[in-house]
Amino acid sequence: MTETTPLLQLRNITKSFGSVQALSDVDFEVRNGEVMALVGDNGAGKSTLIKCIAGTHSADSGEILFDGREVHIHGPRDAARLGIEVVYQDLALCDNLDVVQNMYLGREAHDSFQRLKEPVMEQKTAETMKSLAVTTIRSIRQQVATLSGGQRQSVAVARAVMWNSKLVILDEPTAALGVAQTEQVLALVRRLGEQGLAVVIISHNLHDIFETANRITVLRLGRNVGVYERDKTTQQEVVAAITAGVPTKVSGIPATAGAAGE
Amino acid sequence: MTTDVEVVGPDTAPPAEEAAEDSGFLQRAIENVKTGNLGVLPIVVGMVFIVVFFSFKATNFFTAANFDNIIVQMAGTAMLAYGVVFVLLLGEIDLSISYVAGIGALTVAELQLPGSGHQINGLLAMVAAVLVCAVIGLAQGSIVAFVGVPSFVVTLAGFLIWQGVILQVLEQPGSIIIQDRWINYTASYYFSDTAGWLIAALITGLYAITVLAGVIGKRRAGVAIEHPGVVIAKLVGVAVAAFGTVAICNHATIPHGLPLAGVLVVIALVALTFLAKRTTFGRHVYAVGGNAEAARRAGINVPRIRVLVFIISSTMAAVGGIILAANVNSVDLNFGGGTLLLNSIAAAVIGGVSLFGGRGEVRAAFLGALVIATVSNGLNTAGYQSGVIYIVTGIILLLAVTLDTIARRLQVRSGR
Repeated sequence: MTETTPLLQLRNITKSFGSVQALSDVDFEVRNGEVMALVGDNGAGKSTLIKCIAGTHSADSGEILFDGREVHIHGPRDAARLGIEVVYQDLALCDNLDVVQNMYLGREAHDSFQRLKEPVMEQKTAETMKSLAVTTIRSIRQQVATLSGGQRQSVAVARAVMWNSKLVILDEPTAALGVAQTEQVLALVRRLGEQGLAVVIISHNLHDIFETANRITVLRLGRNVGVYERDKTTQQEVVAAITAGVPTKVSGIPATAGAAGE
Repeated sequence: MTTDVEVVGPDTAPPAEEAAEDSGFLQRAIENVKTGNLGVLPIVVGMVFIVVFFSFKATNFFTAANFDNIIVQMAGTAMLAYGVVFVLLLGEIDLSISYVAGIGALTVAELQLPGSGHQINGLLAMVAAVLVCAVIGLAQGSIVAFVGVPSFVVTLAGFLIWQGVILQVLEQPGSIIIQDRWINYTASYYFSDTAGWLIAALITGLYAITVLAGVIGKRRAGVAIEHPGVVIAKLVGVAVAAFGTVAICNHATIPHGLPLAGVLVVIALVALTFLAKRTTFGRHVYAVGGNAEAARRAGINVPRIRVLVFIISSTMAAVGGIILAANVNSVDLNFGGGTLLLNSIAAAVIGGVSLFGGRGEVRAAFLGALVIATVSNGLNTAGYQSGVIYIVTGIILLLAVTLDTIARRLQVRSGR
């Protein structure tokens, strides 16, 4: 998968909110079967970048390429149509609904009379859970309110995966979890990559990132610092990039710099 | 780090689940009660207690004719309360329903008024009244959903405005007598014995078909089906309720037979339960009530759901208002006042609908309205004044919600 076209490629993305420049000329890419970490200190622009991909915000300038074609994402629906799914930090699950109902939230299987096809949804949910080896949930007809943090995160991730998605974006997936549950979720993230999906993981936790990611993109104050390969870097180097910043588009990874320079 | 260790082995979980399913129906019921998952149990127990109490207290309470009376008396409140359930599921409130019901009744009364120049057929008049109120719901709901004014304020304004409209229109005549027989039938038509039995058979049959279709559908998809004992118990329960009701109504002398109002209440119950539980719209209502932000991110059109729910609430208010007006054959200046609003909301809440959204069933309104109607009928029959009725209804409301709160706390504690 070395020099294949990235699944998602962002070039020179700029976004400002009033006088605040949230992103300036940011490049970003992720390939199929790869877990790409997006890191940076608070206010580095991680969330804004993700929202541009998810369609919550639209970038002021710059282009987005998906599967090599230029695309315009104007809303969450557009993103979903492309196969981009976002798992937000606060999970966006409805506590009062059960696992199946949450998996199909907003996309319920129904017939022409808008009648719900419960058995179909239940069966597909069970299949998805099984394929992701999420086995800690006792019953998929349990209310989400009764699940642990790790289980809830698993449901949110499974929901993202179920919709034939090609790119799954995880925003701080382990932020509120204990040690064992964090391991559960990280294993799940690795499995997504192994299944050929493109995965973007945002995290403050370098341990989590070095556990799961293949490459690491560092942002600082709305600008690219660099892209690091996990196997060729150290936590210290990444920390230095996050906190102090190093000149943009260096560190020997030609992918982003090259693409932008065309 | 191995992947297998972090996740509980796939082969350990399923047997436990099967074991739980195999354990007896009764055993699971007891388990449910212990963990605070009470369902309709408190209401059933409460009803038995209320009925026994008034049977001793008032000689003509426990009679077939009074059973008929209670059905008609609960009908109006139940219809309003159905609408309240949807609004509460969203976590909103609709304080305007009692006077929207008044507007519905007023529209019907005006349109059936002989010699007014705009008299139309009674059935058409009822359709028109429902449409008028649907538009009111659309307006109020739009202000809530699109402008973002709290529903409490919007509907409080509606409460005043629609009350004002009723006072203005009825200032001269004071009241309008409803003579149209179709309109009055909604509260005063009683089916013949045979028709009653047929309706009971129809309800039971349709229910059985629905349940069986559900079981077959689940079988086909290979997902877990309900315990056969539960299915049979449900079927028997519905059959007993349907035929039992008709038997009592047919046994009564004056009034005699199954009241149309009761049938309308059941039809609305079934239709709205279907809407809430089996359609995408209903699912989205629960989703918005549970977590509006999650619903929005999932692509649900939240404002649209909000507006539709306020339309349902106003529409059901119109239906209830027509029945209430038909029950007294007139609409007067005080229509929609008194305890109608609070009883309708109380009915939904007594039945177990949460005020915070996302939790509750349509049947709660039915059960709650039944409790309220029974209590007020019983107290009336026993010769108490309205003061006592208010006090007792208030106490029941408090008890019901307190019990529900305690049950919820138990549920949280037992991790369910």
